[in-house]
Amino acid sequence: MKDQRRYHTIIALVEDRPGVLNRIASKWRQRGFNIESLAVGHSETPGLSRMTLVVDASHDADQVVKQLDKLIDVVDIRDVSNEDIVAREMALIKVRCDAGNRSHIIEIVDIFRANIIDVSPESVIVEVTGDEGKIDAMFELLKDYGVIEMVRTGRVAMLRGAAASHPIEEEGYERYPGQETW
Amino acid sequence: MEMTGAEMLLEALAREGVEVIFGIPGGANLPIYDTFPKFYPRIRHYLARHEQGAAHAADGYARVTGKVGVCMATSGPGATNLVTGIANAWMDSVPIVAITGSVIRPLIGRDAFQEADITGITIPITKHNYLILDVNDIPRIVREAFYIARTGRPGPVLIDIPRDVQQERGEFYWPERVELRGYRPPIYPDPDAVAKAAQLIYESERPLILAGHGVIISQAFYELQELAEKANVPVITTLLGISGFPPHHPLYLGMPGMHGMHWNNLAISEADLLIGIGMRFDDRVTGRLKDFAPKAKIIHIEVDPAEVGKNVRPAVALVGDARICLQHLNRLVQRRERPDWFAHLDELKREHPSLAYPTETEEILPQYVIDQIYELTGGEAYYVTGVGQHQMWSAQYFRGKKPNSLITSGGLGTMGFEVPAAVGVQVAKPGEMVWAICGDGGFQMTLQELGMVAEYGLPVKFAIINNGHHGMVRQWQSLFYRGNLVASPLQNPDFVKIAEAYGILGLRATRREEVVPTLQRALEHPGAVVIDFQVKEDENCFPMVPPGASLQETIGLPKEYIELVRRRQEVEVSR
Repeated sequence: MKDQRRYHTIIALVEDRPGVLNRIASKWRQRGFNIESLAVGHSETPGLSRMTLVVDASHDADQVVKQLDKLIDVVDIRDVSNEDIVAREMALIKVRCDAGNRSHIIEIVDIFRANIIDVSPESVIVEVTGDEGKIDAMFELLKDYGVIEMVRTGRVAMLRGAAASHPIEEEGYERYPGQETW
Repeated sequence: MEMTGAEMLLEALAREGVEVIFGIPGGANLPIYDTFPKFYPRIRHYLARHEQGAAHAADGYARVTGKVGVCMATSGPGATNLVTGIANAWMDSVPIVAITGSVIRPLIGRDAFQEADITGITIPITKHNYLILDVNDIPRIVREAFYIARTGRPGPVLIDIPRDVQQERGEFYWPERVELRGYRPPIYPDPDAVAKAAQLIYESERPLILAGHGVIISQAFYELQELAEKANVPVITTLLGISGFPPHHPLYLGMPGMHGMHWNNLAISEADLLIGIGMRFDDRVTGRLKDFAPKAKIIHIEVDPAEVGKNVRPAVALVGDARICLQHLNRLVQRRERPDWFAHLDELKREHPSLAYPTETEEILPQYVIDQIYELTGGEAYYVTGVGQHQMWSAQYFRGKKPNSLITSGGLGTMGFEVPAAVGVQVAKPGEMVWAICGDGGFQMTLQELGMVAEYGLPVKFAIINNGHHGMVRQWQSLFYRGNLVASPLQNPDFVKIAEAYGILGLRATRREEVVPTLQRALEHPGAVVIDFQVKEDENCFPMVPPGASLQETIGLPKEYIELVRRRQEVEVSR
């Protein structure tokens, strides 16, 4: 199971434009940031996508945030690791099973408050939502039955309560004309 | 008003105040070139001989004007040839806008003739870039590009325009203001940080100012001088900070770092406070980072938040425009006398002279040529350098009289920068004297831009410090690679004949006593001059911090040079 304290959770609002992911990935690659997971999707504002990044804490998370914030397409970004957040991940796990042991699997699914979303004579697909630890634990239990495949979304996170991060508009600033003598 | 994409582009550029474009035409930007005559003389085009030259010329132009420099190239190889110039502007925070033609929209992504993914290629070396797919976006994008390039920490922006977009007609709409919700460069420092900084400065017994390029970019010359004088703090300037503070000022200590003044490197190691202004604690300044300024608290004044805490952890950070930060800080700083510190600095200067060379030689010493260029021009010129030994000597011996008059490639260290950059500087400053101090290696990387010098009658003086080697490479090989001189010796052409082939006056000096008369002749000549100074082959540039070493481990000048200083009072020990 992953130790949650070793990871930073960063949330970003980015322009929903072609090439944005390329710009962000380019920064990671260039600066050597190791990204544990990345989840991207629409935000509540049209034209803005929201990302949740999980970064190994061996990195200077401050630099990750600041370097990404330099991108014009990154509208807002913050490290929420030390804030009061809810964080969830979803996984789909396809498990080998037959009439004989299906009920065992259903039992596990119930304990974890997960769902079975597809059943075939030889397999089921389990949908589970929770923190990484819960998904890891469930995966460990299901492994004995034979996991055919698994897909995980990566962490998504949000501040608890009414707090939200909004971009601020500021006036631009033009420099002074040049100085020709000391 | 309806117009073509190419017309929209030039109209937008003109509205942004662009007067000069350096570029080369090609298949994918011909509609733009076809439109140039309509905008002449509002916009003048200078034909570079290689796109790298166009980018460096725009870079030099931008550095001395503070305006955004513009370069232009066609798709594919034209665009990729700009890359070195864009990267150079990126590393040194120079505002340029590069405009490239691109293959027509239906061919994008199909490996068309002369297609290169230039927006993809330049992502890591631009502040931002654009591929314009709708003709109506041109005015807005040009406006955004210029705004991004010149504000905050300046830098290059690239705009890629497919040829069919240039030809398409659309409605010209000029947005009143730029709206970029993801771009909010900081301007004003946090007042609490300013107060804390002023307090730290007052409490400090051994403070130093480290002034960088940000002072020049934000035009904070007066404010820097005010801070130094009001708070009574000596000033060190980084390579790109040189000419941000008057070199003849009694508080001036020169450059630090790898080839900086020995006394500075020792002083930094003893300081209890460093005030970094518009600089980024680059490895060439700090030496081995963990041993950098072990006794110092750091105040970091910087416009780019990502630079704060990147290399060193400051006690206080003033994040904002350098000039405005200093204006705020200067209101609060108080004078404090520091006789012990100043006496100690004087002693360090006496003990560790860093500016000296033998003057009674038959051969020409490169330091002598550079020293004499400053002497005979009276410090009144703009000095543009390449990269390597001659650059370091130009920085060490610098005594220009104008603010922002040393133009050099710092971060990227681009050999060959000097020839096209000097062109850009001369175009920007038509009445001024421009000296390009060149290496023989670097000169051959961009000498084709003598074509621009000749074609536009630009009176740039090129002084080639010709030691027949990639000099700094030779120095490293001789100091750190057992003297194994692999690929550093150069078989050089006849530089005088090259100059003459371009219709430019070519001069040569091979002995020391020829240096001054040759320089005088160059100064008297109204047009461009190329001077081949054949200097001592194996002169090394000192002081030097060996790569990976700490500033305390600086190697000083050779013993016999120090002896010269001791023996001969006429050699200036310190300025």
